[in-house]
Amino acid sequence: MSLLAALSADADLYVAQNVFFAVIAAAMVFSAVRVVTTGNVVHAALWLVVVLAGVAAQFILLGSDFVAVTQVLVYIGAVVVLFLFGVMLTRASLGDDESVGDEKRVMAAVVGVLLFAVMATGLIHTYEDGRLVIENPQSVNVVSDAIFSQYIVAFEAVSVLLLAALIGAIVVARKD
Amino acid sequence: MLLNQFLLLSAVLFCIGVYGVLARKNGVLVLMSIELILNAVNINLVAFGALTADVGGEVFALFTIAVAAAEVGIGLAIVLLIYRNRRSIDLSEIDLMKG
Repeated sequence: MSLLAALSADADLYVAQNVFFAVIAAAMVFSAVRVVTTGNVVHAALWLVVVLAGVAAQFILLGSDFVAVTQVLVYIGAVVVLFLFGVMLTRASLGDDESVGDEKRVMAAVVGVLLFAVMATGLIHTYEDGRLVIENPQSVNVVSDAIFSQYIVAFEAVSVLLLAALIGAIVVARKD
Repeated sequence: MLLNQFLLLSAVLFCIGVYGVLARKNGVLVLMSIELILNAVNINLVAFGALTADVGGEVFALFTIAVAAAEVGIGLAIVLLIYRNRRSIDLSEIDLMKG
C-alpha cells in the first residue's frame, strides 16, 4: 500500500488541493455513473454537464487554465447543447431508455471492472512516486506560442478536419 | 499532488465510459459515453504535461477537444439519419451488416 503511504505524506503538503481534488473527483465519478445508468436521456445529458465541469475543475487544479476555459466553452457550451438537440430531433427516445438485457449489462460491468483493475495495477506500479509540482501555471501565451510555432501543422490539420466534419454533417443530415 | 490520483480518476472515467458504450442501446447515450472516454484521455494528457512541465500536453488536449467536437457533430448527424430512415435509434436493431 505504498500508494496510500505516499498519498498521506503528500496530503500534509497540499491540504487544500487534495481536499478540492477529492470532492470534485467523488462528484465526477457519481455523475459519470448516473450518465451511464439513468433511464432518462435528458437527465443523462445534464449529469454529463456535471462531469464536464468537474474535468474543467481538474484542469484548473493542474494549472492549465486555458484548457479549462476551452473545456467549458466547447463542451458545456456547444457539445451538450448539440446533444440536447439530438435528443429533441429523435423524439422517440425522449422518454425512458428501454433497458438492455441484464446479461449484457452484467457482461459490460465485468469488462469495465476488469479493464480498471488492469489499468490501476499498471499505473500504481509504474508511477508510484510521480509527484506534480505546479508552481507556475502555463500561461496562455506559452500555449499559443506552442500552437502557432511547434504544432502549426497539427493545428492546420485540425482546422481542415473541423471543416470536413462540418460539411460532412450537413451532407449526411440534409433532407433530399 | 501525486500524478497517480489524476491517472486513477481518469481510468475510472474511462471504464465507466466503456461500460456505457457496451451496455446502452440508445445511440445518443452511446455518444455521451464516448465523450466520457475522451475526457478521461484529456485528463491524462494534461496531467502528464504538468508532470514534465511541457506545454505539449495542453496543446494536444486542445486538439482532442476539437476532434471530439467534430466527432459529436458527425455522430449526431448519423444518428439523425438512422432515426429518419428507421424511426428508431435503438442500436440493437441495426444489424443489416450481420451475416
